[in-house]
Amino acid sequence: MADKILKQLKIKVWRQKNAKSKGRFETYTIENISTGSSFLEMMDILNNDLIEKGIDPIAFDHDCREGICGTCSLYINGRPHGPDTEVTTCQLHMRKFKDGETITIEPWRARAFPVIKDLVVDRSAFDKILQAGGFVSVNTGGVPDANAIPVAREDAEESMDAAACIGCGACVAACKNSSAMLFVSAKVSHLAKLPQGKVEAKTRAMSMVAKMDELGFGGCTNTRACEAECPKSISIMNIARLNREYLKARLSR
Amino acid sequence: MSILDSKIPQGPLAEKWTKHKATIKVVSPANKRKLEIIVVGTGLGGASAAASLAELGYKVKAFCYQDSPRRAHSIAAQGGINAAKNYQNDNDSVFRLFYDTIKGGDYRAREANVYRLAEVSPNIIDQCVAQGVPFGREYGGLLDNRSFGGVLVSRTFYARGQTGQQLLIGAYQALNRQIAKGAVEMYNRHEMLDVVKIDGKARGIIARDLVTGKIKRFGAHAVVVATGGYGNVFFLSTNAMGSNGSAAWQCYKKGAVMANPCFVQIHPTCIPVHGDQQSKLTLMSESLRNDGRVWVPKKKEDAVKLQKGEIGPNDIADEDRDFYLERRYPSYGNLVPRDVASRAAKERCDAGFGVNAEGKAVFLDFKYSIERLGKDVITARYGNLFQMYEKITDTDPYKEPMMIYPAIHYSMGGTWVDYNLMTTVPGLYSIGEANFSDHGANRLGASALMQGLADGYFVLPYTIGDYLADEIMTPKTDVNAKEFAEAEKAVTDRIEKLFNIKGSKPVDYFHKKLGHIMWEYVGMARNAEGLKTAIKEIQEVRAEFWKDVKIPGELDNLNPELEKAGRVADFFDIGELMARDALDRNESCGGHFRLESATEEGEAKRNDEQFTYVSCWEYKGEGNEPVLHKEDLVFENVKLTQRSYK
Repeated sequence: MADKILKQLKIKVWRQKNAKSKGRFETYTIENISTGSSFLEMMDILNNDLIEKGIDPIAFDHDCREGICGTCSLYINGRPHGPDTEVTTCQLHMRKFKDGETITIEPWRARAFPVIKDLVVDRSAFDKILQAGGFVSVNTGGVPDANAIPVAREDAEESMDAAACIGCGACVAACKNSSAMLFVSAKVSHLAKLPQGKVEAKTRAMSMVAKMDELGFGGCTNTRACEAECPKSISIMNIARLNREYLKARLSR
Repeated sequence: MSILDSKIPQGPLAEKWTKHKATIKVVSPANKRKLEIIVVGTGLGGASAAASLAELGYKVKAFCYQDSPRRAHSIAAQGGINAAKNYQNDNDSVFRLFYDTIKGGDYRAREANVYRLAEVSPNIIDQCVAQGVPFGREYGGLLDNRSFGGVLVSRTFYARGQTGQQLLIGAYQALNRQIAKGAVEMYNRHEMLDVVKIDGKARGIIARDLVTGKIKRFGAHAVVVATGGYGNVFFLSTNAMGSNGSAAWQCYKKGAVMANPCFVQIHPTCIPVHGDQQSKLTLMSESLRNDGRVWVPKKKEDAVKLQKGEIGPNDIADEDRDFYLERRYPSYGNLVPRDVASRAAKERCDAGFGVNAEGKAVFLDFKYSIERLGKDVITARYGNLFQMYEKITDTDPYKEPMMIYPAIHYSMGGTWVDYNLMTTVPGLYSIGEANFSDHGANRLGASALMQGLADGYFVLPYTIGDYLADEIMTPKTDVNAKEFAEAEKAVTDRIEKLFNIKGSKPVDYFHKKLGHIMWEYVGMARNAEGLKTAIKEIQEVRAEFWKDVKIPGELDNLNPELEKAGRVADFFDIGELMARDALDRNESCGGHFRLESATEEGEAKRNDEQFTYVSCWEYKGEGNEPVLHKEDLVFENVKLTQRSYK
């Protein structure tokens, strides 16, 4: 439990100047990293080393560093968010690595998530999917009292399970088809499980799925890789629920 | 003549807002379509404001530095949101929430603003439920509540330990709906670098497209800044890595007065600092204090053994544990407000009773509540927080108590605003954490979310109309105007100046140095001598920064180091103003603790005779000392007493 020092690590990382240029791997050496440091703290230290050596630091997305904003998005040693379970990259700690190890870091790889620079990708496709219907159509004001409609506790809990999605994109990065089905189904379930969201459940499912297809995400072939890598343990039960909503919507047309 | 006109409506407290709403101007739907509003920041304040303004028919442009509006740091709020619903039948009311907030803020906030906040709080919960926020519920299907610090009723609504996330997703969904309709133009990965004034009024902003590096001009009839707090001036804080004070600081430099900058909140329950490689501190929700008991060893020799790692917490018998919050504050116990809990932890650690290797941690123990309620109940309440704690520290909090220590968390101070949330620059508004208005010298837990959403959903959409009603004849802002050209040039010049220093040290080197100065002298305990030292040292490090900072990369590409450099450059100035403000305020109140002003028992001692005012700092140009204006605080509905939680 006490922190140890990893004397040396090799960091093999994807470098790509911008969206148009061709990328390549570069390997850097980093020394004396505490096992109590987070993975991104290791990256901060590496970047400050690189700056002092006159090398352009590695661009990567990160913000809250508490595992909730969904910004960080590194593909580490072949896994989205690296070799721990139920964590985002920012919560991954160096105690998961061994002294002398070579750590390979890549960006999310998916057609719908083009690389902007190094490890930073453009995930605005996720925003667009949600803009297609991932909301309840109510304006501010004029709504009933919060306790006017009781909601069964199990429904609220199941809704919350799905609403825990942080929109990081690990599901897409993990999927061999680059499918966004887990992401889409989480939003559909979150809202469909509540009476407030149920009203628009069918149209929501239809329009979000259509937008997902349009933006170049692949189809779901039930490999469950998304569920295994999701830092928030979003269940693929949501995909089954989405398929049901979608089918109902299609049949009722 | 004062430049400050708070525009607090006349009349009895409970009628002020109603009366104000009835008397302010309203813009017709046809005219709203012609009026443009810029909203900077998409946290709870910004997202809810942008969505609500667009629903009303205004043309909105919204900006965030993140890759998506959903990532704003409101998302990290864990414990909950307060509202005076009285669903628990425990005698809560609008007045009680108002009173708790005024008292919690140590009588340094405006009565009228705080009362309005309490008044609209029930609407927020209604709104969020209608949007599909999955709040925690009872088995009967109704909403559940928990208690929070500084309060004797249960009025906190929550969505597990992810309340901020769920509320932000609610606001983000509302925003997405307006983006889809074309009513909001959303600019992700854009950072506001200046506000543009024409004829004295805010008429637009200059922003940098963080992907292309392009400097762009955006015009509007009004500008709303919802850019959060400046806690990252301390380098280590619970704020997101990108959280910054730069937008608010540019407003300050353009004439928006800055209020109470020295009021920052130090949150008692954060995961302690480990070693020297740390970039960020992680908060553990205050809600944990509902069921966790805070303690350190009674005997110093036990503390020493803990520090050396010779024994563990479970080796210390119950009778050898000092539950110092319960001892010192029997009526509130572990639920004292944040400032009180933080100082008490520091006091024990300074006395040598700290429990980690650095001697800078106390225990938060769930053993007792697990025995009382069972592990399942604790898991249901805090499961995600326990998991987060274990991932970070490699310790299982079901078996061993958590270690916690205070850390910088929230800025009560911020841009001065009047009752309409307008700054001293006409047409420039500030909402949420970015303004100073509601929390006085200390914010109560679960009140930040309440304020962000109150401002964005229910206050600004009304009050901005009062200003815009006089702008209906003003044509669309011409971004080719000379004021835009000048502002753009100033922004470009500063970026080039920074970039061309080509010194020897990265931005973080200077940011860490600043953080050390701030924590040492402008942190949990302050005195005149230390504050003077801070001002001097900040000036020295700033001079070094402007000579020796090294910014790699390119100007016309994604360049996180360049972004950081600009923010840190402003943090020096913000830090200096904080120290200056703390020096002026020779009293202890809320989170601001002056060693010169303490009771015999070491509690904060206010000085109401001299300091019952809001400190408002006006910028007077580079190199000149800012001028202090005072907005006197008038209390007509509460009696000022020395705060006691005993």
